Amino acid sequence: MEKLNIVQSSCVPINIENVDTDQIIPARFLKATNREGFGDNLFRDWRYDDNNQPKKDFILNNPTYKGQILVGGKNFGSGSSREHAAWAIYDHGFRVVVSSFFADIFKGNSLNIGLLPVVVSEGFLADLFAEIAKNPATEVKVDIQNQSISILALNKTEKFEISNYKKLCLIEGLDDIEFLLSKKDKVEAFEKTHVIF
Amino acid sequence: MGKTLFEKIWDAHIVDTIPDGPSILYIDKHLIHEVTSPVAFEGLYTRKLQVFRPKQVVATPDHNVPTIDQHLPIKEELSRLQVQKLTDNCEKNGINLYGMNHPYQGIVHVIGPELGITKPGMTIVCGDSHTATHGAFGTIAFGIGTSEIEMVFASQCLLQSKPKTMRITIDGELPKGVTSKDIILYIIAELTAGGATGYFVEYAGSAIRALSMEARMTICNMSIEMGARGGLIAPDETTFNYMKGREFMPKGADWDKALAYWKTLYSDSDAKFDMELNYKTSDIEPMITYGTNPGMGIKISKPIPANESNTKALEYMGFTAGEKLLGKQIDYVFIGSCTNGRIEDLREVAKVVKGRKKAENIRMYIVPGSKQVEKQAIAEGLVKIFEDAGIEFRQPGCSACLAMNEDKVPKGKYCVSTSNRNFEGRQGPGSRTLLVSPITAAAVAITGKITDVRELL
Repeated sequence: MEKLNIVQSSCVPINIENVDTDQIIPARFLKATNREGFGDNLFRDWRYDDNNQPKKDFILNNPTYKGQILVGGKNFGSGSSREHAAWAIYDHGFRVVVSSFFADIFKGNSLNIGLLPVVVSEGFLADLFAEIAKNPATEVKVDIQNQSISILALNKTEKFEISNYKKLCLIEGLDDIEFLLSKKDKVEAFEKTHVIF
Repeated sequence: MGKTLFEKIWDAHIVDTIPDGPSILYIDKHLIHEVTSPVAFEGLYTRKLQVFRPKQVVATPDHNVPTIDQHLPIKEELSRLQVQKLTDNCEKNGINLYGMNHPYQGIVHVIGPELGITKPGMTIVCGDSHTATHGAFGTIAFGIGTSEIEMVFASQCLLQSKPKTMRITIDGELPKGVTSKDIILYIIAELTAGGATGYFVEYAGSAIRALSMEARMTICNMSIEMGARGGLIAPDETTFNYMKGREFMPKGADWDKALAYWKTLYSDSDAKFDMELNYKTSDIEPMITYGTNPGMGIKISKPIPANESNTKALEYMGFTAGEKLLGKQIDYVFIGSCTNGRIEDLREVAKVVKGRKKAENIRMYIVPGSKQVEKQAIAEGLVKIFEDAGIEFRQPGCSACLAMNEDKVPKGKYCVSTSNRNFEGRQGPGSRTLLVSPITAAAVAITGKITDVRELL
């Protein structure tokens, strides 16, 4: 996993609630047996028409909006557990997703691959969408160590929650597997008394 | 203070807890399928690891398998490759696989319970969000991502933060035409698609107690559709009667010992939940969704609500706020999936269609949840009833629930479906899905339009 600490970037806004993982990556693109290339199909059916031509009115096809930060409406990432959704967002170049509310599995999957979900207040999110609408170059700074997110032009900062454990994982680029493997003795000791019928 | 059912099971599976971090949760059973496992196996090999506890893993292909000619090699190359990868990976790691032509193959959440792999008090995970289905037996069962699949392969554990607990109590007798699917669609409509996020839900109350195991599975199955991590129901005599004698259930004295433990699995009377909700069955009617997430559901006789946040969904669906759905012409009917592809679902459908004919404008598939369901449906004469009605009965798999195989609904067409998701394009690019119970789907198949099933009962 790549290390992540401070991300400062302009944003790509998708001001829609309940963006489900079927929209982020439709099921028909889940047939790969490796992790490469999912970014090409990120938001496939919102991004391309029936003839695979980019839809002009979709934000990812608008060169005005770019950056490492994706901003979504509330309940982002609902539905299917497919980690492919997080892979597609990451593969497209995003490192942070901001919303007022994430679906649980999507949030977990993102943290596990080094994509940071930042939960902000409804008010902060509304301000962010409004500011990006005014100025597409609006920069946002996300500082994991300090657990803060700032809209630089507005001088507006909010703290976000992340466990110390996950914070360390992101900053150091460590994943849960290494940690779990280091606990193998404890797992084996647990198994000695644990009954599975 | 007493414990909730969830806490009893959770506490029995904690290996260790990281200060200001997650807990190490031990996983009793890991179910895998062809779509979300290959990258996890690759990750394992890259780290030069093998599956730590292969006997606790069970595999079956379901998501992208064809539902016709299953005895032949899979035509679609990428699907064939994924299924082959699953086979190779299971062989390499000594994992029990119910492959394409095995009599136990089927949707992973259908075969777990029917084979007796699913037992009360267990932790069960699978790289599929509908894993909560197994919660009907009083298990902590939830969907995980591919990185987590790799973690379970490597260590038989997951790092998890303890979710909050919610109890949803539903009391009363089921009104005519109302099934467990209607109960859960009603609850999701009340709570919205994200309303239970962060919670693990226990379903309780007289209405739940009166349900069969298969009906309870339908309820738990859709917990994720309101954002819940999972859903569970305390085991009772209905549970034990369903389980006894199934292939992987303990037998004889082992059964008695297990049973004594299972009977301790309920929420104590003084247990505290973070949230409690109560509903009455008399408020529920046959339900249908009108929008593009499962929270957009209404009683079938009611108009589509006028609500600003529905605009995009209604535009996609081609509906207008304030109009009623009854009488609208439908193009496709799909009966199947881990939500409603079990034998009882097919029996209920058969009762409605028996002696009637499918409407000409309807293209329809009934897809059994497993090879065993398929066999049983043939043995009970249900398939004969379907065929007499002009309905196509297919072979087991996830099929048109997520349209990874050829079973797709074309752009712009309306599909009344017993599955679990009505997201944009879920059943094929541009498809329009309306979620209902199996008997409502059967009624639509007969009339060709959205129908109140109570008129046909």
